[in-house]
Amino acid sequence: MRVPILKQGNYLIASIQSALTDEDLLQLRDDLAAQVGRYRAKGVIVDVTVVDVMDSFATRTLRDLGQMIRLRGAQTVIVGIQPEVAFAMVQLGLELGQVATALDLEEGLALLQQLTS
Amino acid sequence: MTTIEKRIRIESDAGIISARAAAWSAAQEAGFDSFDRVLIATAVSEVVRNILEYARLGEVVVATVQQGDQRGVMVVARDTGPGIADVAQAMKGGYSTGRGLGLGLSGARRLMDEFEISSQAGSGTTVTMKKWLR
Repeated sequence: MRVPILKQGNYLIASIQSALTDEDLLQLRDDLAAQVGRYRAKGVIVDVTVVDVMDSFATRTLRDLGQMIRLRGAQTVIVGIQPEVAFAMVQLGLELGQVATALDLEEGLALLQQLTS
Repeated sequence: MTTIEKRIRIESDAGIISARAAAWSAAQEAGFDSFDRVLIATAVSEVVRNILEYARLGEVVVATVQQGDQRGVMVVARDTGPGIADVAQAMKGGYSTGRGLGLGLSGARRLMDEFEISSQAGSGTTVTMKKWLR
């Protein structure tokens, strides 16, 4: 199921709603990369509040997403990683690399404003 | 504790979601807290990915277990893929340094309390892992 992407000013916000298949996540990656161009967005927020498992595939895909968006001249912020998910990621040694993170949507938007000013 | 045993056929990435959901409910039934539930579901996810990547077909059994007064969850992931010729070698290798045969498995091992892998080139791989309530 396609993740809905909302436009808010210069930013795109993708809120993950439910359990994502691998294909859904890859589709989101590609959709965001395309829409950055279509809407000339300066920033992207991916809200993973509802995501209950962040495994190696999801982490890698979000890292790739961040890099692709950067290549297209915009910034990405991942928001809403839950404490339990953060713990599992640290135990596994999973890293988001250069992709920025923020606590929630509000913090994410504030960070994007800083990063894109 | 109600005994839960779920068998999930792995033949596509939909199996990852089913296996995680089974892990979740077994972990919940056994009494694990939210942190451990995520660890177990993540370990299951990695092991199922391993099946899909190297064997394409397999089966995962997730069950609540009891040993004396210890409660926990057991996961057995089986495939009839090409097998791993050198398991020790495959289990080595840094988790975060890109792709490789043992990455998902060594990650899963880190998250669980017990981890056994048996594999033979040509006859598939079986991973058995357990986590116990502290």
